[in-house]
Amino acid sequence: MGFFDSLKRGLSRSREAINEIFYMGGEVDEDWWQDLEDTLVMGDMGGEVALRVVDDLREQAARENLTRAPQIRKALAERLAQEFTAPGRDPFTSLPSCVLFVGINGAGKTTTVGKLAGRAKDDGIRCLIGGADTFRAAAIEQLEVWGQRADVDVVTRSRGADPASVCYDVIDEAERRGSELVLIDTAGRLHTSSDLMRELAKVVNVTRKRCADKYPVSVVLVIDATTGQNGLNQAKEFNDALDLDGLIVTKLDGTAKGGIAIAISSQLGLPIYRIGVGESIDDLQSFDALDFCRALVGEEGK
Amino acid sequence: MFNSLSERLQDTFAKLGSKGRLTEDDINSAMREVRMALLEADVNYRVVKDFVARCKEKCLTAEVLQSLSPAQNVVRVVLDELTELLGSTESKLVLAQNRTPNVIMLVGLQGSGKTTAAAKLAYLLKGQKHAPLLAACDTHRPAAADQLQTLGGEIGVPVYRGDGKDAVKVARESIQAAVDRMCDIVIVDTAGRLQIDEEMMQEAVAIKEAVRPDQILMVVDAMTGQDIVNVVTEFANRTDFDGVIMSKLDGDARGGGALSVRAVTGKPIKFVSMGEKPDSLEVFHPDRMAKRILGMGDVVSFIEQAQKVADQEQMEAAERMLNEGFTMDDLLAQMQQVRKMGGLTKIIGALPGGERALAQQGGINDEKALKQVESIIQSMTKEERARPKIINGQRRRRIAQGSGHTVQEVNQLIKQYEEIAKMMKSMRGAMKGGNKKASRQMQAMMRQYGGGMGGGMGMPQPRRGRRR
Repeated sequence: MGFFDSLKRGLSRSREAINEIFYMGGEVDEDWWQDLEDTLVMGDMGGEVALRVVDDLREQAARENLTRAPQIRKALAERLAQEFTAPGRDPFTSLPSCVLFVGINGAGKTTTVGKLAGRAKDDGIRCLIGGADTFRAAAIEQLEVWGQRADVDVVTRSRGADPASVCYDVIDEAERRGSELVLIDTAGRLHTSSDLMRELAKVVNVTRKRCADKYPVSVVLVIDATTGQNGLNQAKEFNDALDLDGLIVTKLDGTAKGGIAIAISSQLGLPIYRIGVGESIDDLQSFDALDFCRALVGEEGK
Repeated sequence: MFNSLSERLQDTFAKLGSKGRLTEDDINSAMREVRMALLEADVNYRVVKDFVARCKEKCLTAEVLQSLSPAQNVVRVVLDELTELLGSTESKLVLAQNRTPNVIMLVGLQGSGKTTAAAKLAYLLKGQKHAPLLAACDTHRPAAADQLQTLGGEIGVPVYRGDGKDAVKVARESIQAAVDRMCDIVIVDTAGRLQIDEEMMQEAVAIKEAVRPDQILMVVDAMTGQDIVNVVTEFANRTDFDGVIMSKLDGDARGGGALSVRAVTGKPIKFVSMGEKPDSLEVFHPDRMAKRILGMGDVVSFIEQAQKVADQEQMEAAERMLNEGFTMDDLLAQMQQVRKMGGLTKIIGALPGGERALAQQGGINDEKALKQVESIIQSMTKEERARPKIINGQRRRRIAQGSGHTVQEVNQLIKQYEEIAKMMKSMRGAMKGGNKKASRQMQAMMRQYGGGMGGGMGMPQPRRGRRR
């Protein structure tokens, strides 16, 4: 199943509300624009982005004389796609590379690391997993199970160990083995906890310093697609503390629209590296803004 | 985006307040702001529409429009409506009297915090003289049972793991395990599942049928966005849960989802989960939640938090301060206590209007200011701390150098210390006898001064809300 199909499957419910708008009535009037704005807000995009997109579309509609709803659907997908920041270097394929996964509790960091390791292994990349979540009960065990499944080794220490020193060990080991891709899981934390954010900043700094030129370090925020407007606060705080490189959006296989990803990518200028649209390893996929937006508004695929 | 809800409402009501009587147009513009603000607080769109319509209707009554202070009345209407919608009474855990063991089952999406909540619930029940047993029925996520086992070990609650393969079987067996171990409550932790995952939803139903829980609680992440409505509706249909635990409320999410859950399913929020420690599960108070969503400050919770932090030792310290005078060490201890309670930002944020003040100042770096006080005091000798009177110009210079601050900053601190000490002295007469109650009151005052101190150290004072 291709990217577009599985996305469409995952986003099918999200599309319902938008479809309603495009099929209902058909004639575009003031109420319709208001409905469109509301629908976008309902997708967790946030008032600011929704307003901007709708305003631009109105202008475009007036300019190009688009008076019927279905004509605007295509324009909407294209306009939404512009909100995303285009990715530069992909840290999972441009090797060597070291990626740190950060985020709040329960965002799906450990699972993401597990899936990416499995994928890397299948692609014949020499991969190593680092377990720097030494805080949560059984986080290490969880990561080790993923390591076994993916047949990738996990370097970690016991619970309670200093996470920054774990990262140091991981890079040591990676250098010794000549690993190409290093994936490091960190403990989940709320962005409002200043102590834990400082700890994480130390972890990132130590890793960056240790890796030097050998492994370019990327810090990736993992965010749950069901997250609402607070996601923007999260991303801002993590970005301020750690200088993020990009995002991974998980759990898009539910009914959540992941609109917050648009808001974050647009406001903070962060690219989306991968999106999770299902349980299996292959369901963690590369991100294509236009495809994503087309699937979101129910436009037919290429 | 920070605290936009309270900002908007206060702005709107400030505008309303500047005029005498309100017209329907005034109410409309206020309601537009309420609507946008609630949306940004993640209250579901449909719930917002309904809520705003109801508020508007109430606001348009003659009672509100013709009253002398219409703006206040609008605030009251919105707050009352919100509180009522969130559930007008505190809802606690309902357990069956004639069944042993009672069974509580937890359900929810992946990553919502079920396993952590299970341990917290067990800890809470243990404190109420129950003997809980944790059943590890998450057989899907790797090492979920290990996690529960570790948490159980930390709080001294037994964990039943069974074969770790068949969730329904583990759940069923856990009841017998509880009987064997003389436990009176079984808390069943289940795997996280998407509400549209048919196979997994069937498993949840099968577990439910196997153990017939007295209470099913759904764990919902406070940061969930608009989709919360789809999620809880489906879970309500399939598992018919009894109540909700809102998790991750220690963050800065406004928790508008609580309103949506209540409005859509009618199920009460029973507990709120405020951190990673086992004692951070609290009973849900609708009135406080309403104020949080409206950004009016959560004063009651804050006081409770302060009481939790204030332990016996500090009570004694307070009594001693009254009798023997206030020293720099006492000041240091107070500052550290402020930090323990989550720092000034959190404290100010809990005061009415405080969030607005913080937002206007672009947030304050309280950690830095508290650290400054700490480092200055720590650069003093023991004698200087006990008798600050002896700190002369030479000593001030030394302290400034030692702590890496300017002499002016040291002077400022000493001046503030003197003001507090003077204050304490005058209190001594007023509170002769120094009983427990008096010392608690005093601690509350001290704390205010802890905050006041910071104000002098280059930090903004919280500005009071306009009309409260």
